[in-house]
Amino acid sequence: MNKRRKLTDKLMTILPILSVLITILPLISISVYLVYKGVQYLNVQFLTELPKPVGQPGGGMANSIVGSGIVVGLAGLIGVPIAVLAGIYLAEYGRKTKLAAVVRFFADVLQGVPSIVIGIVAYAVVVIPMGSFSAVAGAAALAMMLIPFLTRTTEEALLTVPQDVKEAGLALGQPQWRVVLGIVLRSARGPIMTGVMLGIARIAGETAPLLFTALNNRFWHNGLNGPISTLTVQIYNYAISPFTDWNGQAWSGALVLVLLVTGLNILVRTLARSRYSERS
Amino acid sequence: MMQQLHKGHLGRDSSPGAQGEHKQDKRMLAATIQDRAFKHISLLAALAVLALVVVIVYQLTTNAWEAISRYRLGFVLSSVWDPVFHDYGALPFVFGTVVSSLLALLIAVPLSLGVAIFLSEIATAKLRRPIIFLVEVLASIPSVIYGLWGIFVLVPLVRQSQPFFQRWFGFLPIFQGPPFGYSLLAAAIILAIMIIPTITSLSRDALAAVPNHQREASYALGASHWETIKNVVLPYNKSGIIAAVMLGLGRALGETMAVTMVIGNMPQISASLFMPAQTMASLIANEFGEAVSPLHVSALMEIGLLLFLVTLLINVLAKFLTTRTKHKGVQK
Amino acid sequence: MGIATKDLWVYYDDFAALKSISISIDSKAITALIGPSGCGKSTFLRTLNRMNDSIDGVTVQGDVLINGSNIYGEEINTIALRKTVGMVFQRPNPFPMSIIDNITWALKFHGVKRRRDREEIAAESLKRVGLWDEVSHRLKDPAFALSGGQQQRLCIARAIALQPEIILMDEPTSALDPVAARVVEELLISLKEDYTVILVSHNMEQAARVSDYTAFFLMGELIEHSPTDQLFANPKDNRTEDYITGRFG
Repeated sequence: MNKRRKLTDKLMTILPILSVLITILPLISISVYLVYKGVQYLNVQFLTELPKPVGQPGGGMANSIVGSGIVVGLAGLIGVPIAVLAGIYLAEYGRKTKLAAVVRFFADVLQGVPSIVIGIVAYAVVVIPMGSFSAVAGAAALAMMLIPFLTRTTEEALLTVPQDVKEAGLALGQPQWRVVLGIVLRSARGPIMTGVMLGIARIAGETAPLLFTALNNRFWHNGLNGPISTLTVQIYNYAISPFTDWNGQAWSGALVLVLLVTGLNILVRTLARSRYSERS
Repeated sequence: MMQQLHKGHLGRDSSPGAQGEHKQDKRMLAATIQDRAFKHISLLAALAVLALVVVIVYQLTTNAWEAISRYRLGFVLSSVWDPVFHDYGALPFVFGTVVSSLLALLIAVPLSLGVAIFLSEIATAKLRRPIIFLVEVLASIPSVIYGLWGIFVLVPLVRQSQPFFQRWFGFLPIFQGPPFGYSLLAAAIILAIMIIPTITSLSRDALAAVPNHQREASYALGASHWETIKNVVLPYNKSGIIAAVMLGLGRALGETMAVTMVIGNMPQISASLFMPAQTMASLIANEFGEAVSPLHVSALMEIGLLLFLVTLLINVLAKFLTTRTKHKGVQK
Repeated sequence: MGIATKDLWVYYDDFAALKSISISIDSKAITALIGPSGCGKSTFLRTLNRMNDSIDGVTVQGDVLINGSNIYGEEINTIALRKTVGMVFQRPNPFPMSIIDNITWALKFHGVKRRRDREEIAAESLKRVGLWDEVSHRLKDPAFALSGGQQQRLCIARAIALQPEIILMDEPTSALDPVAARVVEELLISLKEDYTVILVSHNMEQAARVSDYTAFFLMGELIEHSPTDQLFANPKDNRTEDYITGRFG
């Protein structure tokens, strides 16, 4: 190898290392700001009180935190059963059918649809007929985002269950639905739960689909048929507001959001390592 | 005949004789019905995924119909967007979307490929795991938090850096204009950060599909590490890398919150990177809540429809590219 | 009472895995199915509880009679059939549940309504396979915590808890260590007092040790079916002799 080639080789292998450093930089910056700015307004009041009107110091995001929990929980209640059943169809009943191939294709493609588009569709489908922005509409929008992702995750999880365990169930004279629910789903519950939590964490961070569905609310929500505050929308509103106090609270809200989502992730990873999930 | 099959079994549970058999027959029948029902319920759930596609297309099209029939092709060609005088053209937003996304690719693709190459060709196993983890964390940060960081960290940075660019490259139109900070450039940078994880992890998969004997053959011919990466590894699975880039583009085109928070939201077409602009997604986020006139809503729905169709197309193409590489991988 | 097939053909798509099998299998005895891999012995076993039904492209022609009814007849319910014909697999495959639930899970559907009854049956079954003393103090432990041999005996207990008449065993000891295999083998021999056992075995010595009858399969055909001592001491067919003396397979 001549000198020039050697030099080029050295130089060019430095570039990837440089890319890694540049990529990590924003992550470090975001983390530092999130913690540094986030703790400034984070206190008991922030977690337990409603927002104060402009100009009055203090107040919190209690309603937004609870609201996010409600909307995301509701979305899970709608989305998880549908997605798991659809995944069961793809992995167990449909498997090689044309229909399953089409469903698979669109489930993949739907994951790339911009969330704001899902938001205005949910507005047209739920908000207009109901005549009001609502927690239900927000949950519907989030469920629409959750279903395609979770359907595919469930399918892949079910496909990892060995054939002979299913056959063992059938060989005991059990109907297929009992084998699917009692054995197959149970065998795959670790990866399915991980998928559910990843999906929930993902939709918990969504803002755009909620802007015109759940809207926002400066007070406690009044039932599921009315507008409800969510953490993400509240962070957005406070972030673009001209008031320093609110800007600061936006950071605290962001910190709470990240902690909740991360906490959820850790919780699930611990639960997923459950007693029966490993095969020797 | 059936009775013969279960005569005498599980005598423990059922009363003897005809009654017990009758009970069992009923149970078998129930099982058959339950099985069929469960299969159909799961089928229904699978159909719900397809229904979702139909609902999205139908709702966007019907709700956008007023604008579609009124402006036809002119919608994407006109640069006037004026809710007061009820005149709607999408060109500035198409411009903002396309330019911000392409700029984002310009920044993100080299970096992502760099990270992917580092992970699959250079890093030791010990280094690989934490870096993969960090990239995953980057992917999991909610977009509104990127926006928040954008407003308070990135936008001031862009604002402060502008005089520097103007002093040295001010003759170029792309660096002209007042120092707003909220700008196309800020949007592009934030988009780039957000799509790096997508492109990185998918192109890492593409590189992982390159068989080792390809690399070994190249070394055997006396090629250096870099020459092997450049001439053998990267070209081997080009379509996989292209698919990764396309999915990154798809994500950038539709990204809403972070862009809305840093781009300045002005419906204008400007040559300068430092000028505010607006994307299709950020337009919807900004105006949909306040749109009162049916035509305004309809025009926003049409923007949504366009956005949907473009991202759909990109995702479909990327999917075809990846399935093609998968087949290729099996063959070789 | 018993198992008989008449002119049984099984196809995987166009490939004939079983060619015109006619056999009559004795009750309350162990019949071993032997032959080189791919000879159709496992396929034959799986036609007896219609386990091939869920596999794409399988067609079955001819009659399979169990207790006089054709199990491929229209009015046959596979659920009822599989309660009569139990199965034990090559690899121990306990369910992802506790030891006790592995047995009680299937009973619930078969009409044993009271939990106490189910647990009593489970205990009986565990005693029958000689596992009771080893697990009675930890019935709620996950089944995966058991050793391979224990898992396989649990799977046998799971099958006999339904009181089948026939138990199909697909190489039940091939995934076990020699000591555990020995224990399962002894259990097998004791099972024939109550059940008709059909055992697919890859291991001729095992077949010779435990079975009363042996059937030799080759390339989808049943070559020979005789009492075990006779088949091994005095094979009628040259191909059987070649196989048992290790000349091929």
